[in-house]
Amino acid sequence: MGKVARFILRRKGGKGWHWTDIFTWVWLVGGLIIMFGPAVWLVFSSLKTPAALAEFPPSILPYVTSQATVEGYDKPLMLYDARMPDGSTRVLAEVRRIGLVAQMVDPKAPGEIVKVNINDRTPVRTMSFATNNYTEPFVHFDFLRYLWNSVFVTVVATVITLVVNSMAAFALSKYEFKGRSVAMLVILATLMVPLSVIMVPLYSIISSLGLFNSLWGVILPTVATPTGVFILRQYMLTIPDELIDAARMDKASEWQIYWRIVLPLTAPALAVLAIFSVVWRWNDFLWPLIVLSRRELYTLQVGLSIYSGELNVQWHFILAMTVVTMIPVVLVFIFLQRFITTGIAGTGLK
Amino acid sequence: MTTPSLSNLLMAPVNAVMRVIDAPLRRLQKATGIGGMAAFFLAPNMLIFGIFVLLPLVINFVYSMTGGTAFFLSERDFIGGAQYSRLFECQNYLDPMSCQEDAFWTAVGNTFWFVVLQVSLMILTALITALILNRELAARSFWRAVFFFPVLLSPVVVGLIWKWILQRQGLLNFGLYQFGMDPYTWLTDRNWTFAATIGVSLWAHMGFYALIILAGLQAIPKDLYEAAEMDGTKPARVFWRITLPLLAPNLLVVVVLALIKSVQVFDEIYVLTGGGPGTSTLFLTQYIYETGFASALRNPGLAAAASILMGTVLVVLTLIQLGIGKRGENKGKR
Repeated sequence: MGKVARFILRRKGGKGWHWTDIFTWVWLVGGLIIMFGPAVWLVFSSLKTPAALAEFPPSILPYVTSQATVEGYDKPLMLYDARMPDGSTRVLAEVRRIGLVAQMVDPKAPGEIVKVNINDRTPVRTMSFATNNYTEPFVHFDFLRYLWNSVFVTVVATVITLVVNSMAAFALSKYEFKGRSVAMLVILATLMVPLSVIMVPLYSIISSLGLFNSLWGVILPTVATPTGVFILRQYMLTIPDELIDAARMDKASEWQIYWRIVLPLTAPALAVLAIFSVVWRWNDFLWPLIVLSRRELYTLQVGLSIYSGELNVQWHFILAMTVVTMIPVVLVFIFLQRFITTGIAGTGLK
Repeated sequence: MTTPSLSNLLMAPVNAVMRVIDAPLRRLQKATGIGGMAAFFLAPNMLIFGIFVLLPLVINFVYSMTGGTAFFLSERDFIGGAQYSRLFECQNYLDPMSCQEDAFWTAVGNTFWFVVLQVSLMILTALITALILNRELAARSFWRAVFFFPVLLSPVVVGLIWKWILQRQGLLNFGLYQFGMDPYTWLTDRNWTFAATIGVSLWAHMGFYALIILAGLQAIPKDLYEAAEMDGTKPARVFWRITLPLLAPNLLVVVVLALIKSVQVFDEIYVLTGGGPGTSTLFLTQYIYETGFASALRNPGLAAAASILMGTVLVVLTLIQLGIGKRGENKGKR
């Protein structure tokens, strides 16, 4: 432990503590709690029963009050640790409560009723994970359907994004032609056109193409991302032209050059774009909300927001499904974080 | 022959398709030449751009000059600048409630204050975080990941996480209860809800900006700091005289980027507050969305007019950004 502490707290040149060192650690530890705390709280909460969720003050971990079925009583009874007048404690089941006095029975010998002051008893609580929060929404709310829609949109949009954008990037990086700079300018200019500016006319175009209430209406407007063309083109510019000239001399067609030579060499940039695209499309919210109005077409994000906006929010289901929605992104974060952070630092684009 | 690997096996059908495509494309290449192939490669992207980005952009102007509730342009009447004058019709320009479209001006006001407060706090916290991450830390990539983590979460998840924390039986009230304070319904109080929207969007996006600033910090040549250390310069002076001036171009880009994103704020706030209580967290994008689609009295023309006004602000901000980028590039060349 001492060794670990010395490693973590080591100071440059072994100098003493400066106020900036203290500030650094306050900021880092505070950041750790503020950034991860809410997500951890969400996961713990998602494992609680509705009764435990309604409790205040809440417990951190998912506890439930133990119950027992006692002979002679129809309903299961709550179990309590009761302090007896002689100072010992017994586990008793509460039959009913009258004023300040609880009538309790011993679950093993249910004949005799023991009267206990309610201040002398504390509920027996055991940790229990309400896993049906996770299983029931798939039956009740069609969440399997939403999950499938989200996966479909994410995968198809990402594949089309990679193909279409890499083709455009190839044309813009390896060919000299009239209008190349115009095409480049048009693509860069669209960076300034966010969805919030064009959503009304875009909706009318989607409708007239018959793509309203269709997952394709969600996918198609998103696939020609200027960011994608930009990332891929920058990378393809570094591929030497001699390679392409040599292939042409060997009678390779332009399509073969694109497919067999340029694409494999662009793999690292394609990987970055694929990761970005998966996260973007998985997280998309406003556009699917506009295009999809039939329940069976909702993506996870739309379904979640609609159910959480209802009057009687069933938080135990919402929380569990929020965790499910979070899982792919957390996996991407854990395994591919390095690609994303270098991608963002390199291009300044999200 | 070696046994085929899994990736070869998976790629086999794709390769077969590509080979089938190749034959007609060779014929195309013969007919059009290599230059024609460039057009072929560019075509799908340009087609999608044209239909889903450029066309809507053009149509938007036409839309903003038509009235009625129909969505198809052919069914809409031309009314000139009436939508714009409706947006700007106010008895007293200092009081949004005196305007005909009071919701629009409420949204403009809310967005303005949100942008001012959120961006300044964002830059401040992101700069501090980046400076700290740029120090000699044990496990730096871990700490970087800590602050970056919420950036990837979907806005809906962010909104729901915080809605759950801020509700009556939530974590925040639990914390206050530990200190003997009474629970409070945060999301029914106008001011607290507004503060929450700023806090939540800080939480969700600060790591992104910290990352870009960190990249800028790491691009500052190390020998400058070594020279300063040899001269015995005080750390505060090093910050004001070396770090900040050299970071300035990067920081300006981050400010403009944050402004552009902040003006369009919608997703997580919509899930968290729905614009409420009342209209206290109604922002521009939500106004456009509700005017165009959601409300019973929908008016796509009005929504288009409002979105063009918002687009104008964004174009101005982007031009500033491009200007800064140009200046930074020229500096680099010299």
